[in-house]
Amino acid sequence: MEKFIDNLSPMDLMRSEKMSLVQLIIPVESAHRAVSYLGELGLLQFRDLNAEKSPFQRTFVNQVKRCGEMSRKLRFFKDQIIKAGLLSSIHPVVEPDVELEELEMQLAEHEHELIEMNSNSEKLRQTYNELLEFKMVLIKAGSFLVSNNNQAVAEEWELSENVYSSDRYVEASSLLEQQMRTADQSGLRFISGIIFQSKALRFERMLFRATRGNMLFNQAPAGEEIMDPLSAEMVKKTVFVVFFSGEQARTKILKICEAFGANCYPVPDDFSKQRQITREILSRLSELETTLDAGIRHQNKALTSIGYHLTQWMSMVRREKAIYDTLNMLNFDVTKKCLVGEGWCPVFAKAKVQEALQRATFDSNSQVGSIFHVMDAVESPPTYFRTNHFTNAYQEIVDAYGIARYQEANPAVYTVVTFPFLFAVMFGDWGHGICLLLGALVLIARESRLSTQKLGSFMEMLFGGRYVLLLMSLFSIYCGLIYNEFFSVPFHIFGGSAYKCRDATCSDAHSAGLIKFRDPYPFGVDPSWRGSRSELPFLNSLKMKMSILLGVAQMNLGIILSYFNARFFHSSLDIRYQFVPQMIFLNSLFGYLSLLIIIKWCIGSQADLYHVMIYMFLSPTDDLGENELFWGQRPLQIVLLLLALVAVPWMLFPKPFILKKLHSERFQGRNYGMLVSSEFDPDVEPDSAWEHHEEFNFSEVFVHQMIHSIEFVLGAVSNTASYLRLWALSLAHSELSTVFYEKVLLLAWGYDNVVIRLIGLAVFAFATAFILLMMETLSAFLHALRLHWVEFQNKFYHGDGYKFKPFSFALITEDGD
Amino acid sequence: MYGFEAMTFNIHGGYLEAIVRGHRAGLLTAADYNNLCQCETLDDIKMHLSATEYGPYLQNEPSPLHTTTIVEKCTLKLVDEYKHMLCQATEPLSTFLEYITYGHMIDNVVLIVTGTLHERDVQELLEKCHPLGMFDSIATLAVAQNMRELYRLVLVDTPLAPYFSECITSEDLDDMNIEIMRNTLYKAYLEDFYKFCQKLGGATAEIMSDLLAFEADRRAVNITINSIGTELTRDDRRKLYSNFGLLYPYGHEELAVCEDIDQVCPCCDGKISSLPINFLQTILRREPDA
Repeated sequence: MEKFIDNLSPMDLMRSEKMSLVQLIIPVESAHRAVSYLGELGLLQFRDLNAEKSPFQRTFVNQVKRCGEMSRKLRFFKDQIIKAGLLSSIHPVVEPDVELEELEMQLAEHEHELIEMNSNSEKLRQTYNELLEFKMVLIKAGSFLVSNNNQAVAEEWELSENVYSSDRYVEASSLLEQQMRTADQSGLRFISGIIFQSKALRFERMLFRATRGNMLFNQAPAGEEIMDPLSAEMVKKTVFVVFFSGEQARTKILKICEAFGANCYPVPDDFSKQRQITREILSRLSELETTLDAGIRHQNKALTSIGYHLTQWMSMVRREKAIYDTLNMLNFDVTKKCLVGEGWCPVFAKAKVQEALQRATFDSNSQVGSIFHVMDAVESPPTYFRTNHFTNAYQEIVDAYGIARYQEANPAVYTVVTFPFLFAVMFGDWGHGICLLLGALVLIARESRLSTQKLGSFMEMLFGGRYVLLLMSLFSIYCGLIYNEFFSVPFHIFGGSAYKCRDATCSDAHSAGLIKFRDPYPFGVDPSWRGSRSELPFLNSLKMKMSILLGVAQMNLGIILSYFNARFFHSSLDIRYQFVPQMIFLNSLFGYLSLLIIIKWCIGSQADLYHVMIYMFLSPTDDLGENELFWGQRPLQIVLLLLALVAVPWMLFPKPFILKKLHSERFQGRNYGMLVSSEFDPDVEPDSAWEHHEEFNFSEVFVHQMIHSIEFVLGAVSNTASYLRLWALSLAHSELSTVFYEKVLLLAWGYDNVVIRLIGLAVFAFATAFILLMMETLSAFLHALRLHWVEFQNKFYHGDGYKFKPFSFALITEDGD
Repeated sequence: MYGFEAMTFNIHGGYLEAIVRGHRAGLLTAADYNNLCQCETLDDIKMHLSATEYGPYLQNEPSPLHTTTIVEKCTLKLVDEYKHMLCQATEPLSTFLEYITYGHMIDNVVLIVTGTLHERDVQELLEKCHPLGMFDSIATLAVAQNMRELYRLVLVDTPLAPYFSECITSEDLDDMNIEIMRNTLYKAYLEDFYKFCQKLGGATAEIMSDLLAFEADRRAVNITINSIGTELTRDDRRKLYSNFGLLYPYGHEELAVCEDIDQVCPCCDGKISSLPINFLQTILRREPDA
């Protein structure tokens, strides 16, 4: 038997990859290239040898800083490209990689160019905005003034801060100032300008307060939106004209204008002058517009040319940064000519790593080759499973509970099948199964497209679990066929029902029942059960028993896996004093129950299994009476009960005492503690962590063992009961779908009204999609998850390892920096 | 409801409490400060901060950094977090959060008014203001010539308005009465905040009364030290002390008559055990040159 087990061909996923701690000694001149080749290979996890140094005390800090600076420039380019509304990654040009220094220079050049262009266009834009605002003020304020002129008010215009210095305006202003002085006696002046619409109300209030109400405020919304130079957004502005009197009021109003960011523009009183200025402004505006357009075209061209390379540059800079970050983990050796690195590497990849190192030496024309050798490891190596598209999701399910200890049995191997199956037991309906299958198939068919694009968190989850979804749907179609449910409707797929009415009228079908007239229905549940009075008792008993059978089988598998673990780590102690009593305890109680269930199914007995199980404990010697299923059941029960009772102290006491004895024998009379500790290789017995400690704490070990035993004994009962959730959820699912089918769809169909029927159909479709397909899937998923994590894995799985994280360019993601 | 306040706490405060606890994890640790001490250039500091929660705020700064940029960006983080919390907060937490900013507001008002008095550029002054204490019409402060105008034009719209009732005079602004205004405002603000916290009761009152009492005492000592040797009369000085805190009322009487700096320490002896005496000594050492 043991030979047979040893000769089994090794399963890929069962044990994590064998790891070895390796040391690399790389000459400085080829270090960069070597690390970059290793990054492409992606099979070596570097250990940080400078953990005590802060990031800026490390060797290659300057290069890291430069990379940071470069990625900042690249982000700036990206922002600019997005701001300009160009698409960056449409035609990524793949060019041979340029040198880092060259790239740095290029980037600096581009940045300089862009900043200059930006500042130029900003200046132009500002002038343009001012002119545009002036134009609006002229148009809007002009109309106020004209209407005021008609009332024959001697009006006065006020020249305020004239922002642009065109000669003509200076001239005009001096001319007009004279006018102003003459009209000063009338005392009424005005200031016109433009302000953000959002600030206009507060502005008016402030003006009112400052002048104590001695002013008149006119406003009109500006026709066009103006670009805000800071945020490059279009904002609405309001043109205003304030009439007031007095010099003090003027300074106050100007100060307030300044505080509110309102731009003041002079509007000439004279209508003809107004028109003249407007004309000039319009001509200047069109000039500026062409200049601006040319500038934008130029800028866009520059940005597009950058955009071609942007993706490549970004990934290159990211790689360089990763390389230098890794180089920072290495140590200089004594001569300062070599870098020394340590790392974990799977045994199968050693040759590849060596090859990469050689290639690096060769390519960089180094005189000295790199040295690669295996070291002894004290700590436990990382856990690495080579998964593929299909198994990855299942491995993730297991990893979410805990990363496997190095080389321990991996539950993911069994999870691939048991997880979707247990899900399907709870979700058995082949109609719903087909819906899920379609969804899964869509995800799988678009795999290549979806895997490249960014998805939302929910879609990401769904996409990551597409193969889980596929198997879940296939199994639920299978279970649905067994339960004979299609959206809760039974079908006669595998022939006719085995039952028929007692007479032609079928009047007593619900009172006296049907009679069986031919062989049982060949596959699954007979469709005649649907709607009968005994439907629920029958299905409940079936599903309950099935749940217990599945549960006992899965828990036995878990315990058997603990046997494989013990064998693998050569710990016969665990086999003899843990595996054997556990097996006996579980199977003498619940294994026996399963046996009874199967016998009852086979011989069609009426025996009450609850009664049998309960009185097996309460009064094992009593006669079973009509509940006896087979000859010799009573003595067998007594034997099983005794076995179970013996198994408890068996798993509790011997192990800690034997451990104590072993320990005291091993360390008897030994004084050379240091030598002793190096005597046994930790690789042989990584499981026995206590051996690394010098002292052996018996009480601790004993308490630990006690907790474990009690947990197992109590857990055997509660875990078996826990598997009844398979029945409970399956019941809930079928009842819910029955309710939606009968109380919504059939009820609505009873009416002879198209609208009601459509509403009924819609409600049914929504309920099916959201409650049955989404909520129920989630809940069945979670319960299946719990059954695996708690009931299955606690029998053997330690899950206290850590994951293998190789240095790999493929893993450096977009948001990595 | 006292004693049962935790029962319904999560309805309004759960999310924000989680946020605040999260922020605590983002604080720089002693190890971080040790590392920062070893930095040689500003780039080193940026590099170290990039590994902390300040990273995203500094990562887009071009390389020749200035200390002001670092401070500005790190303050921006605080402000962003504060704004986020204010958006999420419900009554009375939102009022409480707003109360926190009033102190900055008072400082900003004083900064602008003093700056205008010395004919500085308003825009330049605005950049120096603490972003938490900004309000809409802050730039208009420059228009005001005296206290009455200051109040009537600008501050009447701000939450500071009720605190101003003590100091409305038609006097022209000068350094001295601006400083008095600051302290009067602070006094009114602290007393109002204290009352508000007491009204809330519970843990808020417990914790905040200690903190505010400390602040009130600190200001009292500060005012005393700064006013020694000025023309401020004892009664005026007495008026600037907040009417709560551990020094109130007897300590205030003693502080009010202090004539030189050595008399300050004995005034506080025995009354403020919670105010560490070495802290007081630190103030004493620092204040004269401030």
